[in-house]
Amino acid sequence: MMIDLNNKQRNMSHLETEMAQLKAETMKMWELVNLQLAKGKEALVKLDKDLAREIILSERRVNAFELKLDRDCENIFALFNPVAVDLRFVLAVLKINNNLERTGDVVKGIAKFVTNVDNSFDKKLLDITRAVEMYQATIDMMADVLDAFDKEDTIKARKVFKKDELVDEINFNANKAVADYIREHERTFANESKAAAGKNTDSSIRVHDEHVESALYLLSIIRKLERVGDQATNIAEEIIFYVEAKVLKHKTEKERNQ
Amino acid sequence: MMYKIESKNVAFYYGSHKALKNINIAIMNNTVTALIGPSGCGKSTYLRLLNRMNDLIENTKVEGEILIDGQNIYGKGVNVDSLRTKVGMVFQKPNPFPKSIFENVAYGLRVNDINDKNLIEERVVTSIKQVALWEEVKDKLKKSAFELSGGQQQRLCIARALAIQPSVLLMDEPTSALDPISTAKVEELVYELKTKYTIVIVTHNMQQAGRVSDTTAFFYMGELIEYDNTKIIFTNPKQERTQNYITGRFG
Repeated sequence: MMIDLNNKQRNMSHLETEMAQLKAETMKMWELVNLQLAKGKEALVKLDKDLAREIILSERRVNAFELKLDRDCENIFALFNPVAVDLRFVLAVLKINNNLERTGDVVKGIAKFVTNVDNSFDKKLLDITRAVEMYQATIDMMADVLDAFDKEDTIKARKVFKKDELVDEINFNANKAVADYIREHERTFANESKAAAGKNTDSSIRVHDEHVESALYLLSIIRKLERVGDQATNIAEEIIFYVEAKVLKHKTEKERNQ
Repeated sequence: MMYKIESKNVAFYYGSHKALKNINIAIMNNTVTALIGPSGCGKSTYLRLLNRMNDLIENTKVEGEILIDGQNIYGKGVNVDSLRTKVGMVFQKPNPFPKSIFENVAYGLRVNDINDKNLIEERVVTSIKQVALWEEVKDKLKKSAFELSGGQQQRLCIARALAIQPSVLLMDEPTSALDPISTAKVEELVYELKTKYTIVIVTHNMQQAGRVSDTTAFFYMGELIEYDNTKIIFTNPKQERTQNYITGRFG
């Protein structure tokens, strides 16, 4: 009896059905994480503490997804012994699951900072650190890899490597930007103090202190965003591994582009 | 909740040899249960108890109860022929009758006093379609069943069993004699059939148990060592002997 190995039109086998379900679950978790990430940006820019608290509560759902996906992968390995592309797919999902959970954790951390900061971040501070631009870049990267995963598009997956350079650049320059900002605030405050003959009002002292504190919080947030960028590039590597069986981990930029 | 098949303290003797000891299993409707274990562990013996095929062997004894749909099939006054229309069986080596493809499937109906030509034809066609064999044989129903490949013959035997509309299907290593493609087709078939039937399948192939079954029973030296959801048996079995068997750590 001849069998047609080229025939794409056929019913899905039991294993294919399970894997399609695994993919759908992964994307549900992913959409939740991306939503958390987007909410985080809004909470940061508007200093919306209610939104921040919402993000913190929703993190539980991300964790629940992680546990379920781990179990689903384990079951597929145990029951079906997948090989070749099927094996690579389940291995990739196992790792992406981890990346997504850590991204969720990072966003929760950012939301916690937002609940701790007293006043909105100074617009000038946000501008000179390019924090909002950096945040948007990470949102774009996570959206890109989700789409790349869905469509098995390794070209789209590779795009995030370039975007990560921007994220790294902003992170790298953040120290200097924040230090400059604090120093300028110190000078302004020192002048004010001179003018007030050492009798600053309580509120002016408080405002100064808050500006310095919020600058440091923003620096922490920038660090966290850099990690989101890293998670997105890790995910891109997993997608390329599963689709092309190519391992890009720990390769230099030059090696990657070969 | 009533179970489809229940074994209560079942023991079985070949002469004085106790081949099965204290077997207790409750199988739910519309599930696939795999019976696994090394050669001689009693899994096929147990399977054959479910349609009283062991009655055909001399000098054997059954103890305990086996209930199907709540009725003890070893009770007084049970009609064994009637039982065997309710509980069908498929064997390891495909064994089509020396008849045409059509007649192989129709035979069971005729032997059960079904003579209506239209009804027979309807049942035969339905059964052959159920086993995904129709496209391959629809133009040669009058040809001998021996002209079919091994995998096709086995699916024909399954169709033959299904034609008399059993509610339980027993399968004794149904793919041992088949090539990988035919095996995969039969496995897909088993997975699809469970929506309509309760299936108990003996298999030497542990991966097969993983692929097709909802629950798995591990037999060893006549005893039931462990019976649980297949997922649990294959990810975290409770008994060390079960784990040793499925991981291949046996002396």
